[in-house]
Amino acid sequence: MTVAHAEPVDAARGWSLGAQVREWVPALAFFVGAILAWELLVRILGIKQFILPSPVAIANAVVTYFPELWQSATYTLVEILLGLAIGVVAGLLAGMVTAHFGAFRESVLPFAIAANSVPIIAFAPIFNNWFGIDKQLSKAMVAAVICFFPVMINTVRGLTSASPAALELMRSFAATDAQILRKVRFPAALPYIFTALRVATTLATIGAIIGEYFGAPKVSLGQYIVTYSSYLNFERSWAAIVFACAIGITLYIAVVVVERIVAPWTTDRTTRAG
Amino acid sequence: MIESSDIVVELTGVSKVFGLSGGRAAGGTVEALTGIDLSVRRGEFISLIGPSGCGKSTLLRLVGDLTSSTGGTVMVNGKTAERARLDRDYGMVFQAPVLFDWRTVQKNVELPLEITGRSKAEREAKAREMLALVELSEFTDHQPWQLSGGMQQRVAIARALALDPAILLMDEPFGALDEMTRERMNLELLRIWDRTGTTVIFVTHSIPEAVFLSTRVVVMSARPGRITRVVPIDLPRERSVETREMERYFELVTAVREGLRDGEGGAGVAPSARVRAEGLSA
Amino acid sequence: MTSELNDPGVEPVTGIDDVPDGAVPDARLSRAEVELDQDLEAYQPPTPRAVAATRRAWVRPLIGFISIVVAIGLIWEGAKWIGGDPWDVSSILGIPVSIVHTPPFEWKPVNDINLPHTWLIVESFFATDANGETLFQGLLGAALFTFRGAILGFFLGATVGMVLAIVLIHVRFLERALLPLLVASQTVPIIAIAPVIVVGLKAGWLSIAIVASYLTFFPVTIAAIRGMRSADPRAFELLRSYAARDRTVLWRLRLPASAPYLFTAFKIGATASVVGAIVGELPSGIRDGLGGTLLTAMQYYSIQPERLWAAIAMSALLGIGCFMLVVLAEHWTLRNYRPTEPGAAA
Repeated sequence: MTVAHAEPVDAARGWSLGAQVREWVPALAFFVGAILAWELLVRILGIKQFILPSPVAIANAVVTYFPELWQSATYTLVEILLGLAIGVVAGLLAGMVTAHFGAFRESVLPFAIAANSVPIIAFAPIFNNWFGIDKQLSKAMVAAVICFFPVMINTVRGLTSASPAALELMRSFAATDAQILRKVRFPAALPYIFTALRVATTLATIGAIIGEYFGAPKVSLGQYIVTYSSYLNFERSWAAIVFACAIGITLYIAVVVVERIVAPWTTDRTTRAG
Repeated sequence: MIESSDIVVELTGVSKVFGLSGGRAAGGTVEALTGIDLSVRRGEFISLIGPSGCGKSTLLRLVGDLTSSTGGTVMVNGKTAERARLDRDYGMVFQAPVLFDWRTVQKNVELPLEITGRSKAEREAKAREMLALVELSEFTDHQPWQLSGGMQQRVAIARALALDPAILLMDEPFGALDEMTRERMNLELLRIWDRTGTTVIFVTHSIPEAVFLSTRVVVMSARPGRITRVVPIDLPRERSVETREMERYFELVTAVREGLRDGEGGAGVAPSARVRAEGLSA
Repeated sequence: MTSELNDPGVEPVTGIDDVPDGAVPDARLSRAEVELDQDLEAYQPPTPRAVAATRRAWVRPLIGFISIVVAIGLIWEGAKWIGGDPWDVSSILGIPVSIVHTPPFEWKPVNDINLPHTWLIVESFFATDANGETLFQGLLGAALFTFRGAILGFFLGATVGMVLAIVLIHVRFLERALLPLLVASQTVPIIAIAPVIVVGLKAGWLSIAIVASYLTFFPVTIAAIRGMRSADPRAFELLRSYAARDRTVLWRLRLPASAPYLFTAFKIGATASVVGAIVGELPSGIRDGLGGTLLTAMQYYSIQPERLWAAIAMSALLGIGCFMLVVLAEHWTLRNYRPTEPGAAA
């Protein structure tokens, strides 16, 4: 009894690069089309730049002011990376501790979920006072606190996600607790941890930039956006926003790439029905 | 005359009650097994069959020290069940293959060898040997999800045999497969059993499967589970597709089925006897 | 014979070919959708629903919450005891006490400016200002102001999001074009656009709602699409066998199936709306809301540090409050749904 596959399955990977690219073509086409429509709209209706700048004008601004935009972007990037490092490491440790002590977990996890809904950026003024409004550390701490809770919550979920059947299997092999941790719990947790990392990159970017809205040196990306908005110079604001988006996407893709290398099994199932 | 050293598993007066430790189970305690006496000799293939909830899986887990009995004794390979587990005297195959997504087929089979600290060369050689035994040599570097359910179970069997255990415990391993694949897997299992000479205790729902595979079929009653009948299977040792069409095969299937019916009323009372008793009291 | 056994194709795969009228969904997931599910779950994991919704289900988490807050308070004061400014306390919350203590160490982060005594923060809520209004009343007013912007934005974004999702579900080529962009939007700090919107639109309070709305819109659209496709393909087949119209399928199958996913997105949206509303106030010069209050309190921090902490506490309460509203709505709406295990993916 042989059944033909619906589409060719790569022996090592469950997906094909061609399918991935094909998925994105309509979206990219739409995106380009939307940009073109925006440009046409601005030209035809003669919209002034201080209401809505045209894409070409924004692109121009990116090129013209590239050095200072790059400087701002790298300044903010330091805050984001530092915040990610602190928040992710702290979240992983807190998650591991919480997962290990069951009773602890029941009371801490709801707290973490509720704390996750607190607008952490409200702490930006405090961090500015503690660490210095002109220091990158204050914004890095905002970024760190924002990504701490999702990382912690997902680490707990990941470490507790090992199936009872797998644990019983290990017991039947008389495996030690350390072996169970290394061979079952940790690999089972990796998909969750990477998901949290993906989310953390976006959150850290947001945290750093919003933190800067509360007060930061002029060179920072957030202040760049706010300042040029207040001057009604939206081309330059948008140019800075483009850089901010580029940072966000790059970090996200970086995590995705690392995930494919370290934990390739998590997304190999995509051609199978959910 | 049976040598006592030939008995690998011995259960004496074993009972199991769940919920005794003051748990908050809704129904209070559940008596899963009562008064189980069973001896399994080396090299036998024993099937445990019974209605749902009769405790056959629990019985298997008692042998495997994955749960503990509330009464009676369990001796495995001349030791306590716990000692046998710590000494890794048995391998277990569960109803789901329980393969690790993050390991290739070969590394899944290497798992018990890693746990026991074998060297890399030893592990790889043994794993390949086991995969050859279950005829999956071309799939050593595949991921588990790339294999069908039957193939995954064969990997699970290879893994269970990796430490050359004296006993193989199998809990409805082919339950999730369709009938035809199941019949083919039965033949595979017999071939493997023949090659390794392991003692097998096999839990199943399927009467044909139990009769086809075993040297003895142990029929259990509904909860609280006890052994209602043991049916020795005197079919020729070499089993094949033709075996399923032999008259003796049908007779044995009927015998097992009757044993199951006897056990349905609980406490091993034959339904006909019960009806008579009720008639008297009416 | 074993070669037959070795055919991986023996396993049935529930991929159902796409039917042109769109009644039966394509059951295969794209990678983006798989990751998206995980990302949504990462932001806000499903709230564990007790099977028998007993009252006692929330007791333990509440006790945990309170104990953690108390523990934080103890650590706070404990740190000040060890390394803060000298203690000379004559009353705590109106209760006369006499605590005089000189900490053995001097550690700047826990001095009285950076980490005021917890009871001083609580007391500051009741301090009256020049207009005879307590700080608490002022903060409450600010919170309500922010809340109005957030909730309007939330409903706007959620509604538009769901409408768009329904459209995309039924118009396949639009979905193919837009869904990857929607997914990509989750990786990008869209909130950075807030200053442009707020200053550019010059709409004052309304522009704050717009910021909140687009922060809610994206996760809701994505969750709605995923949720509406999430029903068992066989359920779709069943409705098809009844010759059900698209509208019936939508109302009776897709929307109920999408509810759990929607609530996950609503939780994200509620939190994001509050953040968006606060952030929106910053560049706009509006001082009526919590954003403005935070900025003002920041400027006067060295004189009255407690006021900033009080403002932060009120912001936290607003965020948690909005979140709890969604959680309550979720518990009520999903009360008859199959419960998820705590810690498991939905």
